[in-house]
Amino acid sequence: MYVIVVGGGKVGYYLTKTLISEGHEVLLIEKDRQQAATLMEELGEVVMAGDGCEVRVMSEAGMGRAGAVVAVTGDDEDNLVICQMARRHFDVGRSIARVNDPRNEEIFRLLGIDATVSSTKIIYSLIEQEVDTGQVVPLTALKRGDIEIVEAELTEQSPVIDLALKDVHLPGDSVIAVLIRGDQIVLPSGTTRFAAGDTVIALTRPDDERLLRELMAGPGAVTPGPSGAK
Amino acid sequence: MKVVVLGCGRVGSAVATLMSQAGHEVRMIDRDSASFRRLGSDFKGTRVVGRGIDEDVLRRAGIHDADAFISVTSGDNTNIMAAQIAKEKFGVPRVIARIYDPIRAEAYAKMGLTTFCSTCVGAGIIKDLLTGEPVKSYEDYSHLTSELGR
Repeated sequence: MYVIVVGGGKVGYYLTKTLISEGHEVLLIEKDRQQAATLMEELGEVVMAGDGCEVRVMSEAGMGRAGAVVAVTGDDEDNLVICQMARRHFDVGRSIARVNDPRNEEIFRLLGIDATVSSTKIIYSLIEQEVDTGQVVPLTALKRGDIEIVEAELTEQSPVIDLALKDVHLPGDSVIAVLIRGDQIVLPSGTTRFAAGDTVIALTRPDDERLLRELMAGPGAVTPGPSGAK
Repeated sequence: MKVVVLGCGRVGSAVATLMSQAGHEVRMIDRDSASFRRLGSDFKGTRVVGRGIDEDVLRRAGIHDADAFISVTSGDNTNIMAAQIAKEKFGVPRVIARIYDPIRAEAYAKMGLTTFCSTCVGAGIIKDLLTGEPVKSYEDYSHLTSELGR
């Protein structure tokens, strides 16, 4: 696959090297002439100097035949425009944007950029997984963020304690996938009752995550950082 | 009307002054507070320091009840992103982005954003002044984005 990477910082540089070693055809576009020259010394002809936001540069780069464009500059607004222009003007199949400010992930999704990567958010999620607070922790996002897997540890204060699953009104299309009770994995049925100390693994949509969180952890539950759902 | 202006440069400050003098409520955003000096001390609107693609800053500028939003910073991409946030996320009824690059202005106009390409309008007027042709209407000049945006 021909992949165009825009942004010759550390992320772009290591990504380019990785893609090359995996056998892909890559072009790395870097705006700063000096930086581009330095990259060219090591990587050779896979580097192109130019502003990847400009259509003229995208044309020269052969954006029309690219299977994917990856926007990893340090500025979210540039990454947004690169992906939008690549899709609209050149019909590139796959566009991936790095999002520096995790709060912008939501706006990127709103504007049709499904694949976004926020290293802040990923690292934060990893930190949160280590924190035993009884909050609802987003574990991962599936299907381009339409479905999230969340984990919640139920405490005595959880609103659902002693309630049967069938009596709990879950928000939207949320599903309780499994309960972890001590050493046991419980596949819940309608009559399964929630108990304090249970770890609940649920599937939910980002829009329903807040309500699910309140249901599992109580209304005072704090948002575990930049999860995208407010 | 309540209008949020992003970018207190020459154009932004001029628009803010005109709108304020016409009795409208202007909220100006700029990431550099020194830029507000262009507004003059009798400017009646509000000043917010911050980046226009930051939702918190937009909220502080009252984007949620704004009737209009214009983005006139020196960066095309910032103007594009901020305008889309205003339109798609906050549903501001009237949104205008000033875009210097004719190609991007044309592309985003096609995507449904109201764009103002000062490059095209300026180049068109100067060309007409040079060739002695009568100065045309705004519509005529804005169609130049299609010609220049190839």
